[in-house]
Amino acid sequence: MYNFDVEVPATVAEAVEALGRDEAQPISGGQTLIPTLKARLAAPSVLVSLNAIAELKGVRKDDAGLLCIGGGTTHAQVAKDAEADYPALASLAARIGDPAVRNRGTIGGSVANNDPSACYPAAVLGSGGTVVTNNREIAADDYFIGMFETALDEGEIVTEVRFPVPEAAHYEKHIQPASRFPLVAVFVAKFADGVRVAVTGASENGVFRWTEAEEALSGNFSADAVAGLKADGSQMISDLHGSGEYRAHLVGVMTKRAVAAITG
Amino acid sequence: MSEVKMTVNGKAASGKVEGRTLLVQFLRENLKLTGTHVGCDTSQCGACVVHVNGQAVKSCTMLAVEADGAEVSTIEGQAAPDGTLNTIQQAFQDHHGLQCGFCTPGMVMSAAALLKDNPKPTEADVRHYLDGNICRCTGYHNIVKAIMAASGQDVSTIAAE
Repeated sequence: MYNFDVEVPATVAEAVEALGRDEAQPISGGQTLIPTLKARLAAPSVLVSLNAIAELKGVRKDDAGLLCIGGGTTHAQVAKDAEADYPALASLAARIGDPAVRNRGTIGGSVANNDPSACYPAAVLGSGGTVVTNNREIAADDYFIGMFETALDEGEIVTEVRFPVPEAAHYEKHIQPASRFPLVAVFVAKFADGVRVAVTGASENGVFRWTEAEEALSGNFSADAVAGLKADGSQMISDLHGSGEYRAHLVGVMTKRAVAAITG
Repeated sequence: MSEVKMTVNGKAASGKVEGRTLLVQFLRENLKLTGTHVGCDTSQCGACVVHVNGQAVKSCTMLAVEADGAEVSTIEGQAAPDGTLNTIQQAFQDHHGLQCGFCTPGMVMSAAALLKDNPKPTEADVRHYLDGNICRCTGYHNIVKAIMAASGQDVSTIAAE
């Protein structure tokens, strides 16, 4: 790693101020960023740690019934504290990485990084959530722009992620066992007014909604409804772990399994 | 360079570190606590697992400055001062839970974190919990057996030694 200074602010306001300096970058749990720095793929001169900011941590329900998770909340905390209100989300959090990684990695870090194979983006997009920052609220449909790309501006911090809680949901993850990231994973959420299906690990453009499956499932919520559908493989990631065609196939399989897990 | 202070295995520890100094470097190089190992250095293998404020973390993927003020425990703090092994360490010895021993510090620290949250895990619980601890000797059967034994459960039906 190239060297850098580290600042450890206690409030969001102090963090935003520190991030206003040249070549400053936020660090949350660091479970992706520290390996990135070791590989010298990033060279910030200042890291602004978000880990000592108490107002970024915690899980609560707001008056509108949304489940609100502070950006600095670890995966392990979400796995525990979201269990009662949103078990599918808690289950997703409980399967990220491994226990030690889950004790450091945060939801805000995951959503800000938007790795095309990360788990959380599928839940945020699949639930129709809202990403809250230090200066605005961004609907999930407008937030995830592409691979490692989001609507966040330079120096903007994810302070909270808000989830509408569906009637039922399930996250089906086909794990890539070396990295523990999904090779392909699908988050299916069934709401009173329709179904959302979000896919991660598959597309070169990062997390996306599989609208054909959403339409089919909104009319008939059963695994059979998506049995004949095939995802478009032309924009899928092809690498040594699987071709684009294989990933497109897995999108269908994971969606069917997720629906089957809900319908029982 | 900045000064960090933390409590390591119950004792006050401090030192000067760079921004980029990892917690594992601080433990090994400043404090000479070399029981915590660096295996992959990419947060995959778990040889560097220590507890920070009671939680298992990979010390190769945490900055030392972020542990300022924390309570850290490492493998060196597990045995009693007279050298008597703790329950988990003794079970690793009794059940041949180590071969080359390189992964063992991380395995013991992960096992301690597991048993604190889940005092009577199933064999499947143990195997899942060790997702992030790799044994390159592939000695998993006896590691799992040792952890089950440390939890006070009957291990006579678990795969052979």
